[in-house]
Amino acid sequence: MTELPIRIDEEQCTKCTLCVQACPFDAISMEKKQFPYIDLEKCTLCGACVEACKFEAISIKEKAAAKAEDLDAYKDVWVFVEQHEGKINSVTYELLGEGRKLADDLGMDLCAVMLGSGVSDKADELTSRGADKVYLVDKPELEYFQDEPYARVPVKLVEDYKPNIFLCGATTIGRSLVSRVAVAAHVGLTADCTELAIDPETKQLLQTRPAFGGNIMATIISPNARPQMATVRHKVMKEAEPRAGRKGEVLIQEIAQDLLTSRTKRLKFVQEIESTVNIAEADIIVSGGRGLQKPENFSIVRELAEALGAGVGASRAAVDADWIPYSHQVGQTGKTVCPKLYIACGISGQIQHLAGMSSADVIVAINKDPDAPIFKVATYGIVGDLFEIVPMLTNEFRKILGN
Amino acid sequence: MHIIVCIKQVPDTTDVKIDPETNTLMREGVASIINPFDMYAIEESIRIKEKLGGKVTAISMGPPQAEAALREAISLGVDEGVLVCDRAFAGSDTWATSYTLAAALKKIGDYSIVLCGKQASDGDTAQVGPGIATHLDLPQITYVRKIEEIDEEKIVAERLLEEGYEIISSPLPCLLTVVKEINEPRLPSLKGKMAAKKAEIKKLGAEELQCEVPKIGLDGSPTKVVKIFTPPPRGGGEIFTDDPAAAVGTIAGKLKNVVLGANQ
Repeated sequence: MTELPIRIDEEQCTKCTLCVQACPFDAISMEKKQFPYIDLEKCTLCGACVEACKFEAISIKEKAAAKAEDLDAYKDVWVFVEQHEGKINSVTYELLGEGRKLADDLGMDLCAVMLGSGVSDKADELTSRGADKVYLVDKPELEYFQDEPYARVPVKLVEDYKPNIFLCGATTIGRSLVSRVAVAAHVGLTADCTELAIDPETKQLLQTRPAFGGNIMATIISPNARPQMATVRHKVMKEAEPRAGRKGEVLIQEIAQDLLTSRTKRLKFVQEIESTVNIAEADIIVSGGRGLQKPENFSIVRELAEALGAGVGASRAAVDADWIPYSHQVGQTGKTVCPKLYIACGISGQIQHLAGMSSADVIVAINKDPDAPIFKVATYGIVGDLFEIVPMLTNEFRKILGN
Repeated sequence: MHIIVCIKQVPDTTDVKIDPETNTLMREGVASIINPFDMYAIEESIRIKEKLGGKVTAISMGPPQAEAALREAISLGVDEGVLVCDRAFAGSDTWATSYTLAAALKKIGDYSIVLCGKQASDGDTAQVGPGIATHLDLPQITYVRKIEEIDEEKIVAERLLEEGYEIISSPLPCLLTVVKEINEPRLPSLKGKMAAKKAEIKKLGAEELQCEVPKIGLDGSPTKVVKIFTPPPRGGGEIFTDDPAAAVGTIAGKLKNVVLGANQ
C-alpha cells in the first residue's frame, strides 16, 4: 500500500470546515464520519487546504529535496528569442523586460538565446534591451521554426550552460518547442504565466498563471529542478526599452549537425490576409458578437477598428455563424488576448468569452441588455443600440487621432 | 491504420458560475465533459479511419469516472477505450502526465498517428501533446487546422500560426494537436450509443505500464502549486444607461491617452 499523498491529522483537526471551503476542486466534504474526507479522485494536491487550515492538521507528502549544491550550479536568467524572417517578436522584448528584473533580484546575468539563419546582426537589439549575453546559433537549418531542431538546440545549451530560469513566450511557436525542451531536460514548466517574481527567502521563481479560464489563479514553483521554465502570456509584461550604447557579449554556438535535422518539413508558409492586424499582438481590439445580427453589419466594427488602428475580434457566436473567420475568435476555444483596450460590441460576455479577454487593461462594452455579463467586467459600459453608438465612437476617436 | 486519440475529462465550464459574494467558483453539480478541443481530435481520428480503414483507440488518464468520457468517444465512432488510472498518478503535472500517457501508448503499441486537442480547457497548458511526442521521440505538428493529405507513410497538414499558417509534411508515426477549425464534430449515432454501452474499457495502472515510480504522480512532477486564489474582481466599472451621445463623449475623452499611445 502506497502512502497517501495527503492526510488530515485527526488529533489536530477541529472540524472547522475551513478546508472544505478552501478546496477549489470540491474534493473535501464532511459527509463521512463527520470528519473532513478528501476525495483523492478529485484532489489535485494543490495545497489550498493546507494553507487554509489554521490548525496545521493537513499535510501533503513532501518530495525529497534536491541537494542545494546541485541547484547552485544553475546560474542566469534565459529568454528565448522568437523571430520570424529576422524580425524579433515583441514578446521577446517583454521577456527581456521581465527577465531583467528577475536577474537583478537574483544578482545574475540576463541572457538571450537566439536561433536563426543570418540573424547575427540582430544580437545588438537584444543587448541594447538588457541582455548581458546572447547565445547565438546561426545555421541555415534554423532559417524558420521547426519543432525538432528548435527544441534540441536549447536542450543542448541548457545542458552546457545550466541556466537557473528559462522563459519563453506563450505563443504557438513558444509552447510547441518549450514543452519538448522541458520534457527532455526533465524540469518543470508552467504555462502562460501572467506574473513572475522571485521569492525573497528561497530565491525560487514564483510563477502565477490563470486556470479555469481565468476564474482562479495559481502560483507554481519548481523547487527541485533547474532551469525553472515558464511561458509568459503576450502583452502582459512591459517591454524592455532599447538603450543606445548598451553592450553585451555575443557568444556564437557551434551545434552538432545531427541536432539540426528535422523529420517534419515545412512546405510553405502562407500569410493570412484576413488577419492584417494580428489580434494576439494588437494593443487595441474591437470585437463584434451576435448583437450585430448579420455579417454585413461587421462593417461598423471594422470601421471603428480601422479608425483606432485596432485588430478585429469576434465572439464564438459570430464565428460559428460564419460572419468572420475563426482566426478572429476571442475566448476559450479561440485566442486569449491581452490588449490595452478591448471594445466589445454586441457581445453578451459568456464565461468562455470572458476567459479570453478579461485581462485587458481597459474594457468598453456596448450592449442593449443591461444585465449582460460583459458589463460585470467592463471598465466603461454603454447600455443601448450599438448601431447608433459604435459609429459615434468611431467619429469621436477619429477626431482625437486627427484622421 | 491504428489511430490513437488522447482525451481528457474536464468540468463543463458553461456550467461553472461565480459566486458573486465570495468570488469563487461554484462547482456544485458541474457536469463533466470531454475537453472541447479533444472533440475535434476524436472527429478527425474517425475521419482518418473512414478514409484509410483501421481502428481508433481513445485513451484517457484520469479517475475511474473518466470512463464516461471514453464511452462517449466510442458512441461517436471510436473503436476502443483505454483508461489510464491509478492512485499513484495523483498529483501529476504535465511532465508526469505526458510520461504516463507515453508509457500507455508504448504499451498499446503499433500506432501510426496520435491526435490530441490543442490544450485542455481546465489547465490550458498545451504542454501534454508535445510532451508525449518528446517522450516517444515522435515528430509533431501542433495547432493543426487541416489535414491535406494522409496515407500509410506520411501526412501533410496545415498548422495555424498567429500571423498565418504553414503547410508541413511529416513521416508517420507522428503526433498532432488540433484546433477547432479542423472540423465539425458529429453527434453520436444510435449504433454508437449501443456500442458505447457494451464496450469494455481496458484499464491500465502504474504496474502494467512498468512506470518508473520517481517519474509518476507527485514524485514525477517537477512543478508544485503553492497557492490558489481567486483574482480580485474587476468591478467598479462605470455603466452609462441613458444619453449614449454624452456617454460616448465621456468615454472617448477618458481613453484619449490609451488611444494616442497605441497609435504612436
